[in-house]
Amino acid sequence: MSISHAPPQPASDISGKERPSAPGPAPGEQPELVALVPSSSRRARVPRWLRRTTGPLLLLGLWQLLSATGVLTSDVLASPETIARVAGDLVEDGSLTSAMGVSLQRVAIGLLLGTLVGTGLALVSGLFRIGEDLVDASVQMLRTVPFVGLIPLFIIWFGIGEAPKVAIITLGVSFPLYLNVYAGIRGVDSQLIEAGESLGLSRWGLVRHVILPGALPGAMTGLRYSLGIAWLALVFAEQINADAGIGFLMVQARDFLRTDVIVVCLIVYAFLGLLADFVVRTLERLLLQWRPTFTGR
Amino acid sequence: MATDVHRPVTGTPHRADTASQDTAGTTDTAGSTPTASAPTVVRVDGLTRAFDGRPVIDRLQLDIRAGEFVALLGRSGCGKSTLLRILAGLDRDIEGTALVPRRKAVAFQAPRLMPWKRVWRNVLLGLPGKPERAVAERALEEVGLSHRSHAWPKTLSGGEAQRASLARALVREPDLLLLDEPFGALDALTRVKAQRLVDELWQRRGCAVLLVTHDVEEAVLLADRVLVMDDGVIAHEQRVDLPRPRDIADPRFAALRTGLLERLGVEAPSAAPAAPSKAA
Ligand SMILES: Nc1ncnc2c1ncn2[C@@H]1O[C@H](COP(=O)(O)OP(=O)(O)OP(=O)(O)O)[C@@H](O)[C@H]1O
Ligand SMILES: [Mg+2]
Repeated sequence: MSISHAPPQPASDISGKERPSAPGPAPGEQPELVALVPSSSRRARVPRWLRRTTGPLLLLGLWQLLSATGVLTSDVLASPETIARVAGDLVEDGSLTSAMGVSLQRVAIGLLLGTLVGTGLALVSGLFRIGEDLVDASVQMLRTVPFVGLIPLFIIWFGIGEAPKVAIITLGVSFPLYLNVYAGIRGVDSQLIEAGESLGLSRWGLVRHVILPGALPGAMTGLRYSLGIAWLALVFAEQINADAGIGFLMVQARDFLRTDVIVVCLIVYAFLGLLADFVVRTLERLLLQWRPTFTGR
Repeated sequence: MATDVHRPVTGTPHRADTASQDTAGTTDTAGSTPTASAPTVVRVDGLTRAFDGRPVIDRLQLDIRAGEFVALLGRSGCGKSTLLRILAGLDRDIEGTALVPRRKAVAFQAPRLMPWKRVWRNVLLGLPGKPERAVAERALEEVGLSHRSHAWPKTLSGGEAQRASLARALVREPDLLLLDEPFGALDALTRVKAQRLVDELWQRRGCAVLLVTHDVEEAVLLADRVLVMDDGVIAHEQRVDLPRPRDIADPRFAALRTGLLERLGVEAPSAAPAAPSKAA
């Protein structure tokens, strides 16, 4: 599809206006024409992934420069070069990979449980008036309690094993999912529900074909928030009484003043977060392709 | 849900099959002479619907016989869509009696396609059993949309979406077809085609049709009976006994149109601002 252009006009028409005081073009005078550039030509030639990686790479270069010139000493922040070497060592002796495995497992279990609890509650209070009365008020109340503050209580309840860590993640994940799925269900266009009714859909048919798909964008937003919070909860959970995992590695490094190891761990967190984001993006692309929304220029 | 005959507020016995019973000899609305003794598919008596105490429909009376094509005119905001929603079983905050058949289908003023379902799935939505895609394809073919059957609703043009919505209503093979300005977003040519289509389908399927429209010409072209709604009731009723297919050039056609336009409050029949004569 292309937009047809107006024929180019003599340059003098634009630049050399005889009567600049005139409020509009006089009758018969050619009005100023604006070329509508096709969007394909406006788009930069640089591929998207390259544009997206340039920023971080520049930042990395600056960091290396500051370290090399001695502005940034190694006890404040190790240089990228050192960090890369340390990361290599940690991977080689298996400590990083095993820590990642443990952490990933915690997040996965917590995320799974939290998703079940969050969406389950949201379905109950989104679909049933009585469920809303019972569930929503309680959830809205509990939501205001910072979940990290519950760590001491969880340790008393669940001991110091895996349970309190998973429980914290579950708790953190449940709320954003609940809120967004609930809002998604309640935000479904009532005209579409009416249309579904007129088509003879049963109550369950309405839920399956109209309400749940309509709530999916909200659920995806909730999932994104949840993933962010899951990593946050993981960091908190693992820095208390952990004997394995990335957080444990970090606590150890802190005790030995190893900023390089700490940075490696942070990078691993960031990397896992990016990975999770990528998974959600892919899910969104697959599940929400029907959505007529603005996708950016 | 929403497919039962409405619960009459008056104490008349009612069952789902009331609509198919022959109820000839009813006290009809002013001057109507129903075709032979076809069974009544819609019986509305003393129907009232108020929004916040303001009655939009006020003790309305309406009977539609099986196979009858009824057009409903009236100025914007007079309650046509409200009446249609009540007949569709979607609005039950009503007083009075309203009996409708179990099998009915609606095409709303806006297409109301589910954006998360491809067009053909939208057409099949809510059909009993597991209908094959071919069923949808046939219905889409009828409205000239078979090439868009796999598209997402967001990619349809306004007129295409409206035709998809029409196909979705037709595929249900209803006893009563409720159409709320189904040709509103169509260009003149597609509009004529769509009108013919509805006409053909109506003749072939023999269902009763209630068509809400703003276009007097369209009403006279298609309907057996044209109703004008005002002040919450059917204020005027006009039988159209012209032979089909109808010719707009027919002087009787023009006379009917002029009469209806006058009823709608349009003085000069040549300049008809209330009824855009796109149907020509
Ligand atoms: N849910 C509602 N709450 C309050 N008022 C409503 C509601 N729905 C409709 N109305 C009012 O009822 C009146 C009739 O509305 P309706 O949609 O039936 O009009 P209409 O005859 O279909 O008009 P149009 O030709 O413009 O579609 C309008 O005044 C409208 O504002
Ligand atoms: Mg309307």
